[in-house]
Amino acid sequence: MQGRTIVWTLLFVLGGLFLVLRATTGAGMAKVYVKPVPTVVGDVSWTDHELATPGEYAVATAADPNQTDIVLSFWRTFGVWVAALFTLAIFSFLYSDNTLYKIAESIVIGVSAAYWMVVGFWDVIVPNLMGKLVPNMVKAWAMPGLKEDAEYLYLIPLVLGVMLLCRLGPKSVSWWSRWPLAFFIGVFCGLRLTHYLHGNFLNQIRNAIVSLVIVDNGSFDFWDSLRSVILVGGVLCGIVYFFFSFEHKGIVGRTAKVGIWVLMITFGAGFGYTVMGRIALLAIRLEFIFDDWLWLIDPTNQRIGV
Amino acid sequence: MKRLIPLWITAVAGIVLIISYFIPPLQSWGEDAAIWFDVLAGIAFILGGGNILKIHLKKISDRVPGWGFSVILLTAFLLTLFVGLSKIGVHPNPLYPTYAWSGYYRQNGTPFWWLYEYAFKPLTASMFAMLAFYIASAAFRAFRAKNIEAVLLLGTAFIILLGRTFAGVWLTSWIPDDSGFAGLKIENLTVYIMQVFNTAGSRAIIIGIALGIASTSLKVIMGVDRSWLGSGEA
Repeated sequence: MQGRTIVWTLLFVLGGLFLVLRATTGAGMAKVYVKPVPTVVGDVSWTDHELATPGEYAVATAADPNQTDIVLSFWRTFGVWVAALFTLAIFSFLYSDNTLYKIAESIVIGVSAAYWMVVGFWDVIVPNLMGKLVPNMVKAWAMPGLKEDAEYLYLIPLVLGVMLLCRLGPKSVSWWSRWPLAFFIGVFCGLRLTHYLHGNFLNQIRNAIVSLVIVDNGSFDFWDSLRSVILVGGVLCGIVYFFFSFEHKGIVGRTAKVGIWVLMITFGAGFGYTVMGRIALLAIRLEFIFDDWLWLIDPTNQRIGV
Repeated sequence: MKRLIPLWITAVAGIVLIISYFIPPLQSWGEDAAIWFDVLAGIAFILGGGNILKIHLKKISDRVPGWGFSVILLTAFLLTLFVGLSKIGVHPNPLYPTYAWSGYYRQNGTPFWWLYEYAFKPLTASMFAMLAFYIASAAFRAFRAKNIEAVLLLGTAFIILLGRTFAGVWLTSWIPDDSGFAGLKIENLTVYIMQVFNTAGSRAIIIGIALGIASTSLKVIMGVDRSWLGSGEA
């Protein structure tokens, strides 16, 4: 038996034994409780479910063992198990590439592609295309609050959209997708040109023009003045580094050198923040595993009395 | 037909957007074009989904190695698509209770919500969380304090990382808050770096990016840059 196979077998056996023990002894693990909330509007009724903590369930059951105000939610409990196993499947890649990781990877691609398609359909295509072209049908079907009249100018994006889908066809028709792509690129360039110049270029320059000598209550404030000088000087030096029309020699070269130092500090800060962001995400996943799934920790005191 | 018309479409769309920004009576043109853009982006998601179907169905029919993963991918894709588009389990909007399809498609407790909450979210969050290990490993292997630039980058990253942890704050907690050296406390140093040096560097980068985007956009609109058309005829 190969070393890797032994490691995986041991992990599965020990992990499985731990889970069986954890789930069947003591308070158990990974249970999600809900409060059924009946809703009646006119002749139509349905039941919504609000989340309840295991602590609330324990208190309610202690008061009345037959209570039905708070009940175990099978699908949400199953969901916690699925989410935990998916998390472990992804993290298993840290040891080596394996079948479990590939399964999780396939599922994430499938689910996310379909998720964004559904979002695009209900958030964009229904209100902004169907709602403009066939408002009466959309009103009677999914958006009774729609108050717009038909706008047949929206046949243009419909035609462009159909042309875009021609990309999936054979070569004789796939070139039709260039027209909607051209529209896409033209609109994107037009929007970005004005928005970046207005929102970023002008705003950043406006914010960089500050007083270099700060006087507070009639006296010179050295530290705030130094701060302004570094801020303005840093911006100027950074811009000089990006200026390639002159060779970086002499005064230009020395200024660009300071610009590189400022940029290096910026990249260092960016790197530090990125690492901290990822570590925060990792902490959230580990908290999910140990709190929501295994019930080994209880940072929000949800299981007091369980 | 295949190159000239797309160039004209790009030029007209781009110029209309720019003009509508500067001439208030034409602003509605820009707004309409932006909505058309969103519609096309929504249809592009359908194109993406169609492409996934095409590629993976071919892999399955050709029985290429690993075709079983394509089956799993397509099952997850079609299941999510079905429950999302058909609004399974979605209650009607309380304002319009007789309209069965009027409810919000991401309603809490529905199968589509379940797939987002217990599959999409944990899987994507775990993928990104895993990058913490790879960033740390890559940094350990690649970063060497060989010159001033590298020392500045490493030192800043180290201070920022320390400043966001309990241990980092504790290390300099012995410096009194009211002393002249309070600025050297790690949490204050972090704030100073972020507010002064990082702002200055980011500002220079943003100004550079804005100028780059403006010039590239103009080149594309004017037809000087045609690389997006590709070199082939199709």
